[in-house]
Amino acid sequence: MSLTTTAPRKTAAAPTAAPRRRTGKKAGTPYAFLAPALILFTAFLAAPIVYAGYLSLRKVKVSGLGLGAKSRTEIWAGFDNYARSLSDPDFLPSVYRVGAYGLIVVPTMLGLALLFALLLDANRTRETIGKFARISIFLPYAVPAVVASLLWGFLYLPRVSPINDAIEALGFTAPNLLSSDLTMWAVANIAVWGGTGFNMIVIYTALRAVPTSLYESARIDGASELAIAWRIKIPIVMPSLVMTFVFSLIATLQVFAEPMTLRPLANTISTTWTPLMKVYRDAFARNDLYAAAATSVIIALATFILSFGFLKLVGRRAFNQED
Amino acid sequence: MTTTLKRSPVATTLLLLGAAYCLLPVLWVLIASSKSASELFSTFTLAPSTHLFDNLVDLAGYRDGLYWRWMGNTVIYAGVGAAVSTLISAMAGYALAKFEFRGKATVFNIILAGVLVPGVILAIPQYLLLAKLGMTNTYWAVLLPSFISPYGIYLARIFAAAAVPTEILEASRIDGSGEWRTFGTVVLPMMRTGLVTVFLFQFVAIWNNFMLPYIMLGDDKLYPLTVGLNGLLNQGANQPSMYTSVVTGALVSIIPLIALFLTLQRYWQVDLAAGGVKA
Repeated sequence: MSLTTTAPRKTAAAPTAAPRRRTGKKAGTPYAFLAPALILFTAFLAAPIVYAGYLSLRKVKVSGLGLGAKSRTEIWAGFDNYARSLSDPDFLPSVYRVGAYGLIVVPTMLGLALLFALLLDANRTRETIGKFARISIFLPYAVPAVVASLLWGFLYLPRVSPINDAIEALGFTAPNLLSSDLTMWAVANIAVWGGTGFNMIVIYTALRAVPTSLYESARIDGASELAIAWRIKIPIVMPSLVMTFVFSLIATLQVFAEPMTLRPLANTISTTWTPLMKVYRDAFARNDLYAAAATSVIIALATFILSFGFLKLVGRRAFNQED
Repeated sequence: MTTTLKRSPVATTLLLLGAAYCLLPVLWVLIASSKSASELFSTFTLAPSTHLFDNLVDLAGYRDGLYWRWMGNTVIYAGVGAAVSTLISAMAGYALAKFEFRGKATVFNIILAGVLVPGVILAIPQYLLLAKLGMTNTYWAVLLPSFISPYGIYLARIFAAAAVPTEILEASRIDGSGEWRTFGTVVLPMMRTGLVTVFLFQFVAIWNNFMLPYIMLGDDKLYPLTVGLNGLLNQGANQPSMYTSVVTGALVSIIPLIALFLTLQRYWQVDLAAGGVKA
């Protein structure tokens, strides 16, 4: 909705801006306003990316016994680090894990977010329950991933879990969520818990922008609530769903805090459980910055290809560039 | 409206189930932090006890109040980081929305690409660069990278375009106000609602950040809560009596953010696709 309302504003403003004589406006002004952002962008985004790219193509050559000051020199490595990183026996499993994790988390989280947003919207008249549910479901957004993992980690412990108590009270054997088969689900649940509310609010905000008269007329035409949701509401929130999908995808590929926090409680999580954990291990436990840099570049490229590829596929512009 | 009312029992049930799922861990931590170390694993999970105060005293006493230092550090990182990044985003967003200049499209496209760069992947090269400058293991190592937020600039640009009428800028220029004064006295107040949103996003992002401070900091006196609690939990693996402090610490750590979030609820209603705020 705002997409269409903001578009004409540009055409109104552009002609006045271009031929305007400088009424005391200096040409350098916009650059001065942009300067801090551009300097910081260069220093903390562009430079690290370039530096990681550079490091990924370097390696250390040890001459002699590797003891003297000059015995370790950095030399050109070509794509050795990439080859090493891709063939590392820990790398592919971590990629599969994050892939499986993403396949669980993203559809579940966005599906629940959409469902709750639609339910809240359909229940606009019932303010109290709607407000309570909306706040409760959004609340996990305020809980850092480390703390969320810690809380769920305890809840997963068979001795603590009220869910296990309930299952056992019914006479079944309770599953151990921290066993190797189920760890993936345990971690995925934390991400779903933490992310659903935020995405729900984004979708709900988009739904609120629709005038209720649109639904009224659909109802008069005999459309059921489900048909209204499917035919009117979901298409309306599509741009929001696309954005939440892209942001969820980016977040999924960098899952780090949850498995790192669960490790002390679940020995089934290895130090290379996700690609980013492998980057961390290579850089800090093995002191192999070059392999870490190569893996970082691979993850960054994969993220870019996946998010841009998806945006191209759905054929929508990610960002409203016209206002 | 009859159709809505007829359907609402199912909808209400589902919403309440969702709320219960989301509140369960919060309820648990509230109850668990009232238990003593021996009760934590022996009594029924959801049965409260009476040791909350003792646990708080233990937590406060842990290594001369290290926990409160973590809390203070987190407030500094998130508060200063979000405030500076909001101001920088506002300046850049205003320039991109309200000025015509050479290279504008390029700058904007680069910033958009920056939105999609996974911030966490930058952490290691950022660490290496800051290590070369001798700045790792200082407050700056966590603050400086959080000052730049491409998403904040993107949002600020939309807010500036929507909230600041060009005529008012023209009028203020004709009155002889300098560009910086205009920005401070006219533009910033007009963008206020949008900037609160940028601030909150950045505040929560920094408060919740784990990897950056985890990599950058070695001295536990500089830790934010996330890294500190992670360390406590690791200790608990060897010393289970620490677990009560971990659980109490987790409870105390989420209170400020939940309070902030409940007071400023309306600012969260952001339309990601359109970039608008529905206040």
